[in-house]
Amino acid sequence: MRRLEYKHKLVTRWAHWVNFPILAIMIWSGLLIYWSNDVYRIGLGQFTLFHFFPDAVYSAFKLDHQLAFGMAVHFCFMWLFAINGLLYFLYTVFSGEWRELLPSPRSFREAIQVTLYDLKLATSLPPQGKYNAAQKIAYSSIIVMGFGSLVTGLSIYRPVQVHWLTSLLGGYKMARFEHFWLTMGYVAFFVIHIAQVIRAGWGNFQSIVTGVEYQEVAGE
Amino acid sequence: MNSEQEMKRRTRRDFLVLGAGAATAIGGWEWLMHSPEQDGIPGPLRHVLGLDRRVTRGLLFSDGHLAPEFPRDRVEPIIVNGDYGLDDELDLAEWKLQVTPYGAARNPVSLNMDDIRRLPKVEHTFEFKCIEGWSKVVNWAGARLSDFTARHAAGSEKARFVGLETPDKEYFVGVDMASALHPQTLLCYEMNGKPLEAGHGAPLRLIIPVKYGIKNLKRIGQIVYQDTPPRDYWAQEGYDYYAGL
Repeated sequence: MRRLEYKHKLVTRWAHWVNFPILAIMIWSGLLIYWSNDVYRIGLGQFTLFHFFPDAVYSAFKLDHQLAFGMAVHFCFMWLFAINGLLYFLYTVFSGEWRELLPSPRSFREAIQVTLYDLKLATSLPPQGKYNAAQKIAYSSIIVMGFGSLVTGLSIYRPVQVHWLTSLLGGYKMARFEHFWLTMGYVAFFVIHIAQVIRAGWGNFQSIVTGVEYQEVAGE
Repeated sequence: MNSEQEMKRRTRRDFLVLGAGAATAIGGWEWLMHSPEQDGIPGPLRHVLGLDRRVTRGLLFSDGHLAPEFPRDRVEPIIVNGDYGLDDELDLAEWKLQVTPYGAARNPVSLNMDDIRRLPKVEHTFEFKCIEGWSKVVNWAGARLSDFTARHAAGSEKARFVGLETPDKEYFVGVDMASALHPQTLLCYEMNGKPLEAGHGAPLRLIIPVKYGIKNLKRIGQIVYQDTPPRDYWAQEGYDYYAGL
């Protein structure tokens, strides 16, 4: 026996799908800007494990020599990114949906269990609501990260006017560094998110479009 | 309606909406990217840069907001990153600054370095920010552009813009008056305690901490106060005219 369960509200679905292309445009235009001073790397002292990014990456994705255009795009779509994120955030706060998203202290231990289960290293899942513990942490983090991108972004966009904020974030260079790594965080989130969506299957995927999903119910 | 029908109805409707949304988004993007260019970028993006300026000027800008000062011993070496307008050998003894004050008369006046040095000398050590994304702590000294304007172009504060050009007119910038009169904006003739080197804009350059480096014109040849936006080298190449920090 199965019945339809109402899973994602209209606002959530709209915010999700509106955010997708906007965030993609923000990351892409961000890379156009980053190219002109691409100083970040993973390494220790003289040793560099990975430089962000090898020239082949820029040329393969046509990310080079477009600083002016990148800035114009970035400073246009930042408004849409901020407004869409803010609307979703306010909706989540005032609708009470945050209760299903906010991790509890217990979530962190449970998330390890969920991760082990997903990697097939554990056989049982802890009891969960609409979102499991790992999802709660991931989806709450992404909201905090979005807020972080707005704050670090503003602090490098107008660093003299909001110099108190820039200083609070560790200075201009540090704020740019933080802004970059938040972006890499989105990329990591995206990769895991896509893998999990594929794993969870069609029923789960279509629920972020339709809002409903079949749920198996015991009995009868 | 049973759950099968409900699912069918929702699936059809919502995937159509998603498809229509995707088509609209792609159409909008194509429209944006193919809009007629204004100074090197699609017109609508240029328009939004103007909106960005109005919003951030209105909400954030204040003469009281100063670029943070650093201790003098924090200064870093800084490269010569642009030599636009510096091609000719410059005879420092021959150099003159031509100033066109605001207003109907607009009689240019010709000044020399002594005229600048007689103004109160001000020193700042702040983080100079290049639009490319790097920044360096540098110590700069010179006269406030606001003091200069009051002394040599009285009344020109009423103009909306200041335009600066190199002597050969190969490099040129336009600066809004509020930024030009900001207390940290200097006509600079010393860098890290030494006379400005040729590559850094000797004998006199603009140092304007509320703008990216592209506005910090080297080797000033002329200053004009006017209401129409003066031509700006990098704004013609697709960059934001305002370029404020």
